[in-house]
Amino acid sequence: MGAGHHHQLYRPGDTLVHRLPPQCKLVAVAAFALVVVATPREWLWAFGLYALLLGVVAFAARVPPGFVLRRMVVELPFVVFAVALPFIGLGERVPFLGITLSVEGLWAAWNILAKATLGVAASVLLAATTEPRLMLLGAQRLRLPPLLVQIAMFMLRYMDVIVDEMRRMRVARESRGFVARDVRHIPAVAKSAGALFIRSYERGERVHLAMLSRGYTGSMPVIQDLSASSRQWLTAGMLPGAALVALLGTTLVNGGLG
Amino acid sequence: MTASLEVRRLAYAYPDGTQALFGVDFEIARGERVALLGPNGAGKTTLVMHLNGILTPGHGTVTVAGLPVGKDSLKEIRRRVGLVFQDPDDQLFMPTVREDVAFGPANLGIRGEELRRRVEEALDRVGMLDVVDRPPHHLSFGQRRRVAVATVLAMEPEILVLDEPSSNLDPASRRELAEILRGLDVTVLMVTHDLPYAMELCERALILSGGVIAADGPTREILADAELLAAHRLELPYGFALPRAEHSS
Repeated sequence: MGAGHHHQLYRPGDTLVHRLPPQCKLVAVAAFALVVVATPREWLWAFGLYALLLGVVAFAARVPPGFVLRRMVVELPFVVFAVALPFIGLGERVPFLGITLSVEGLWAAWNILAKATLGVAASVLLAATTEPRLMLLGAQRLRLPPLLVQIAMFMLRYMDVIVDEMRRMRVARESRGFVARDVRHIPAVAKSAGALFIRSYERGERVHLAMLSRGYTGSMPVIQDLSASSRQWLTAGMLPGAALVALLGTTLVNGGLG
Repeated sequence: MTASLEVRRLAYAYPDGTQALFGVDFEIARGERVALLGPNGAGKTTLVMHLNGILTPGHGTVTVAGLPVGKDSLKEIRRRVGLVFQDPDDQLFMPTVREDVAFGPANLGIRGEELRRRVEEALDRVGMLDVVDRPPHHLSFGQRRRVAVATVLAMEPEILVLDEPSSNLDPASRRELAEILRGLDVTVLMVTHDLPYAMELCERALILSGGVIAADGPTREILADAELLAAHRLELPYGFALPRAEHSS
């Protein structure tokens, strides 16, 4: 199916992971994230196993590592914060290349880094194997309020239309000699933003009329049956399930919670 | 036989007091293709909004295949009257063509195999079956307009109402749409000020001007009456002329 250049997260394919109903995948990723977050930061082995599990999923979905890594850049702002922790952390310090680092800070940084990376990687895999609109339909099946789903659905549909309108307004501004160079030009740009808002609002009204004309009564009709079989739920459950096993296994090796 | 559409003494004023329609009267028989002509601001869009009950008449009635438009009949009326809006981006609001064409029939409670059949049949009638799984914003403007027609055909309407169907189309898309519309076995009311297009597709034309029906007759005769057209701010494009004598037999 044609994914636009705006949906760069999705990588079309026809693998076991792609075919799973979206609601199963959503629940699996959320459960996986919970297991990851619940893991004590000192249990390095467990984190290694989690990463391995994601590797297996990526392999099964034929998503190349480079694809995932490039899309994990969103994590960077958090990483910057985590990197600062060893320097500003308090308590016991260890020497490192001529400076001293806080042990507590190092652990905190590792904790953030490891858990965030695993969570982001899992989400990237989810997005890579699930079309955006199916993600929303899956969320709707999971009882996300229908109004929120509809709003997101329209955002998905009209993003390109509005971006295009924005581009036309910019061309119109620039055709009359306007170039945004510094703060003094902000008012003109802000007025365009206002005009864009009003245009989008009016479009919203027209779309609503078009919906009413085709029998809309407040809720989206079910067009695509997305019911999941128990086998599909089981398949999706393998990721958080295996993660949980890894967590419990590490607990045993470490001799209980300590 | 019951008429597909019957409008009787329809008057309407907007909430701000602007009177848009002053008693509109006309009737369209089943299978007819009728052009509704009129200058900008004549009340064409206001009239169209009455046909499927989006606006409620201040006075008068609209009847679709024997069923009066009213609060209780809205659902059935909206199935019977297929409105195709001018901007296909307003009409096509779902993420894929399939879901969009399915939206209307699904609202009527149709599901499963029957829904699938309706969608594919409607798209086939406008020659757009091959884009069924594409997102609407990846289609050309002409393709989107055709899909917009399919979205209402899927509801199997009694009458198809098109608002400026030829606007923004390049000559080839315009001709393709005309061929599709001519091939449909359905009553059509086409709102336009594209007079050659009306001439090409509709045997009968109405002129709506100043909120009333100012003329009603064979399209050819109406378009040949230069004085009538001029009185209602309508003009044939440069180079077009329909000699009156030739057809006033």
